[in-house]
Amino acid sequence: MTATTDVLTADHPAELAQGHGDRGINTALLGMLLFISSEIMFFAGLFAAYFSVRARYGSHWPALPEGVEFNINPLVIVATLILLSSSGVIQWGLGRIRKGDRRGLNRAFALTMLMGLAFLAFQATDYVLLANEGISLNGSIFGSLFFTMTGFHGAHVLGGVIGIGIILSRGMTGQFSARNHVAVEAVSAYWHFVDVVWIFLFLTLYVLR
Amino acid sequence: MATTALSPRVGAYPRSRVYEWLTTTDHKKIGIMYITSAYLFFLVGGLMALAIRTELAAPGTQFLNPDIYNQAFTMHGTTMIFFFVMPMLAGFANYIVPLQIGAADMAFPRINALSFWIIPFSGLLLFSSFALGGAAAGGWTSYTPLSEAKYAGTGQDLWLAGLLLNGVSSILGAINLLATIFKLRAPGMTMLRLPIFVWTVLVTSVLLIFAVPVLASGLVMLFIDRNYGGAFFDPAAGGDTVLWQHVFWFFGHPEVYILILPAFGIISEVLPVFSRKPLFGYKAFVLATVSIGVLGFGVWAHHMFTTGAVFLPFFSITTFLISVPTGVKMFNWIATMWRGKLRFTTAMLFAVGFLASFLIGGLDGAFSASTPIDFALQDTYWIVSHLHYVLFGGSAFAIMAATYYWFPKMTGRFLDERLGKVHFAIMFVGTHLTFFPMHLLGISGMPRRIQDYAPNAGWQDLNVLATFGSYLIGFAILVLLWNIFATLRGPRTAGDDPWDANTLEWATTSPPPAYNFDRLPEIRSERPLFDLKHGGAGHAPALPSGEGSQP
Repeated sequence: MTATTDVLTADHPAELAQGHGDRGINTALLGMLLFISSEIMFFAGLFAAYFSVRARYGSHWPALPEGVEFNINPLVIVATLILLSSSGVIQWGLGRIRKGDRRGLNRAFALTMLMGLAFLAFQATDYVLLANEGISLNGSIFGSLFFTMTGFHGAHVLGGVIGIGIILSRGMTGQFSARNHVAVEAVSAYWHFVDVVWIFLFLTLYVLR
Repeated sequence: MATTALSPRVGAYPRSRVYEWLTTTDHKKIGIMYITSAYLFFLVGGLMALAIRTELAAPGTQFLNPDIYNQAFTMHGTTMIFFFVMPMLAGFANYIVPLQIGAADMAFPRINALSFWIIPFSGLLLFSSFALGGAAAGGWTSYTPLSEAKYAGTGQDLWLAGLLLNGVSSILGAINLLATIFKLRAPGMTMLRLPIFVWTVLVTSVLLIFAVPVLASGLVMLFIDRNYGGAFFDPAAGGDTVLWQHVFWFFGHPEVYILILPAFGIISEVLPVFSRKPLFGYKAFVLATVSIGVLGFGVWAHHMFTTGAVFLPFFSITTFLISVPTGVKMFNWIATMWRGKLRFTTAMLFAVGFLASFLIGGLDGAFSASTPIDFALQDTYWIVSHLHYVLFGGSAFAIMAATYYWFPKMTGRFLDERLGKVHFAIMFVGTHLTFFPMHLLGISGMPRRIQDYAPNAGWQDLNVLATFGSYLIGFAILVLLWNIFATLRGPRTAGDDPWDANTLEWATTSPPPAYNFDRLPEIRSERPLFDLKHGGAGHAPALPSGEGSQP
């Protein structure tokens, strides 16, 4: 990273080399993990809002206007399975590039991208369905919470898909290798985060209700 | 990393100085821009404070009508917290942290530039509200329903957008500082040899990463409420007004430690240098800093005692608890000065002034932790007094100490010490004249955030005193500005290590070169430069020529 520290390592006692920048986690990956921590807290704020409102309603939940029902889109199971398995696929791709397999990386990331797009397509159908049922961002606290939480998650999925697309386009020009693929690590970590948030959203909004 | 090595060398082609500053990724230039921008916002926020104090000097409406008054105190608080203290401390962290840990720059220099440039533009966004129908007027806490669409106009939306952007800047800055501290320390700079300022910046950055996104979620919910018919904070639509307070203070209380911890760090740099002693109880200090960071997330509802919606004993006890590590620090500082060879430079005077003022602010904070007292004092001038004692007597005094202490490093020039002492004397007297009477006003029942009060309430004398004090502070700031202006026209006489200091930023030239260090002392304690000068330690091996100029 820095010429200063690089040069100073030469003939230094081992004790003095402690804390040197070339050991441990890669700086860029650390930055991504810290960023993900802040993202987790953003969603934590939304979840806290959800549960503190829900606690006030007890069994009268979801709180919706008279005559409106929250019917679950059965496709949500498929979409959840797709998103969950996409985490496995992206991890497999990461494993391939760690071994220097560029083609494996590209294939895995192309597949992950498709799975992410499929999830977004599900979300579009879900929103249409809910709109037909009369549930929307305005008008009810359940609608506000539901659309804000899933909406921000969807935006993060889109961000992840864009990130994967960038990795894919760089991967297709052969920019990654077994030694040099920190961007792949970072985007994979981000994708896992998006996936885990969805697990909590699925359990909260569709299973627990 | 590979890309930085390929970038052209400094001075490879001629650029104008303006272009150089606008496009720089050098942490020192970015730090100076942060500090300059923060001082400009300080002036704006300060003028609003003077306007508020002028209005309050007498009952009735003299200077600001109630609408403008509400905007003035809202924007005063918002500006001072988000656009003065936070960016100011981020600026000092930017400048000082890489130097103190012996690094050549921050971990992500371009993200660093981004986090700075967001600040002035989000500030402009916020202030554009004055031209677009009036600024936000619901206080810096923007409690619902006052901040909902029914009661607040476009100014509130611009407030939300401005703070959201400001938060992005804070989060990116915190990530950058953490990555820098974890990854770019020079050989030998172990975690328990980090200068205390770096430790406080580290804990502050963790607080930022965990607290600011929660505020962001609240800002987003309020924005949706206001613009898209959301129901989050609207009881009529099934939402919960107190929810805003929870979300806001879950951010807001760690925020006060975000505003004070780096100030603690500054004081812990200044006191040892001018006492000629190491900081007393380094490890206890680190532990106290970390425990403040942890406990800081468990006290937020003490801002909400009177809502009746929170568990009083828990939040009361945690609030008392958090005063323990703060007390530990107070003893650390006093013991550092004890039997030291004290040198009362301006920086030292501000540090001692900090101790006195912050002690008062801390003590009256501990008072308010007791729920019965809090019920009596909630939303009175007592609270205004408390928060200004810790934020102005605390953070702002530390910022002044930092300004005098590090100015020679940043510019190669000493700020004038005689003017500095005049500045300190006026500001110290002004601070206590302004904020001490507010304690008494609070106890006698004067509410905060009012533009007018009854002539027979008996509050006018103390208000006049406070207003006079605030003018003194304003005058003291003029002295500082003149001092900076005059100094920058003078010669560079400071030298590399003018204070005979302990930490690595003084081991390079003043101002440091773009790449910071040609050679580093061996690092065997938290005072590597002291060891080099007095302890017989040597330099680390020098860099081969031609190396080291690649940040």
